[in-house]
Amino acid sequence: MTSVLFDIPGPRTRRRHRMYAVVAGLALLALAAWFLKVLNDNGELAYELWEPFLTPAYIEVLWQGLLDTLAMAALAVLLAVVLGAVLGVGKLSDHRAVRVPSWLVVEFFRAVPLLLLIIFLFLGPLRLSPYWSVVVGLTLYNGAVLAEIFRAGVLAVPKGQAEAAYAIGMRKTQVMMQIQLPQAVKIMIPAIISQCVVALKDTSLGFYVLAPGLTTVGRRIWIEFGNQFQTAVVLSAIYILCNLVLTALATWVQRKYVGEQKLVVPMIGAAAGESAGRGGL
Amino acid sequence: MEDLIDQSDLVLQAFWLTIQLAVLSGLCSLLFGTVLAAMRVGPVSVLRAAATTYVTLVRNTPLLLVFVFVFVAAPNIGWFVGTPFLVKGVIAVSVYTSAFVCEAVRSGVNAVALGQAEAARAIGLTFGQTMGSVVLPQAYRASVPPLASVLIAMTKNTSIAAVFGLMELTGRMRYFSNNSADDTVIFVVFAALYIVLVELISVGAIGLERRWRAAR
Repeated sequence: MTSVLFDIPGPRTRRRHRMYAVVAGLALLALAAWFLKVLNDNGELAYELWEPFLTPAYIEVLWQGLLDTLAMAALAVLLAVVLGAVLGVGKLSDHRAVRVPSWLVVEFFRAVPLLLLIIFLFLGPLRLSPYWSVVVGLTLYNGAVLAEIFRAGVLAVPKGQAEAAYAIGMRKTQVMMQIQLPQAVKIMIPAIISQCVVALKDTSLGFYVLAPGLTTVGRRIWIEFGNQFQTAVVLSAIYILCNLVLTALATWVQRKYVGEQKLVVPMIGAAAGESAGRGGL
Repeated sequence: MEDLIDQSDLVLQAFWLTIQLAVLSGLCSLLFGTVLAAMRVGPVSVLRAAATTYVTLVRNTPLLLVFVFVFVAAPNIGWFVGTPFLVKGVIAVSVYTSAFVCEAVRSGVNAVALGQAEAARAIGLTFGQTMGSVVLPQAYRASVPPLASVLIAMTKNTSIAAVFGLMELTGRMRYFSNNSADDTVIFVVFAALYIVLVELISVGAIGLERRWRAAR
């Protein structure tokens, strides 16, 4: 293995690295064993606490929670793609009157914490139901992020494409709809799938407004059994599994349809082309 | 609106708590994230695997569940029982954000072309000189934009502390929303406070980038 950080190790260094590996491995094992002991000493490994997750009735409840969570995330991403397309194209508009409001909306919803937005939708003048507070909140936030992805995608299409289209007499709308967007979509799909991971993780915020979904179901379970730790482990495992599937899908699409090209999304508050870096935790 | 003005001290306290959460979590996650990144790009296979596992697990867990572990589950095994809420909040946010810091730093190191280090070694620079004057300066520069994005997301993520009883900006907005009619104004005020923090990070990052920019 070559690396910028160090040369290819020789036999003596390799021996030394192996020794470090053994020591580090033992230390990590000791840490894991100690943690298991702490869990065991506090009775956290007791079967009764894990039992709900092996009981069909509770598995069914969790499954329903997972379906609710996935449905919310899917609906929100779908709506966000539409919103993102509108705002993204709006940001590229030649008309100041369209460009400036689009920019303002995108910057605002990218910079405001999602939870603040959800609470506002839930308690504010709109008084949305818990379900719609989460879905609308997710739509606005992810729509703003996707607008940047759309914009970056359109800009990533080689300039000659649009120029050629104008040269053969196409109108602005035609160039966007028939030439730029279809090519941009291909580059954007991996980024959109990655955004689904963010949306899926953020559905957990429904916990605060008691929206249907995994975290709310989880709270009901741990209130009933007092197994907070076990529930958190199971819920995390479900989320991690779903997200790994999505990430694998994004990587596969990237390899198969896009190749090396990566989208560069500007940071909040940065002028286009100034600062690059994918946000979105 | 009158509520906000009458109780502006509460708003300021909440703003200060959010700033504390953001700054302390930022420092902790930069520190721990850099250690993780060092493990991930280092030559020791076991540490590499351990850091990779940590990053994969934590990155795919919602922050809310990390908070559940720290605030709700940990007391069951006798951890963090008397710990102040601020400290627990910082722990939860840092555990989560370090995984992203690790990736940002690693992407910075990966951005340095292999030829740079090879050339440095070829002209006889020692390991320390190669690192100190060739590789790391370029790696820092390349990791500024992704690190800024991570810190911005982290600042927004401190809002989740509100769910677990910290009266920072989001918790305070909820308090005011319960009590007054013109919630929209209140929302805009609190949103603006977050935007101030986000823009500060953004401006700082752009400044650093400009200062460290080199001709290529």
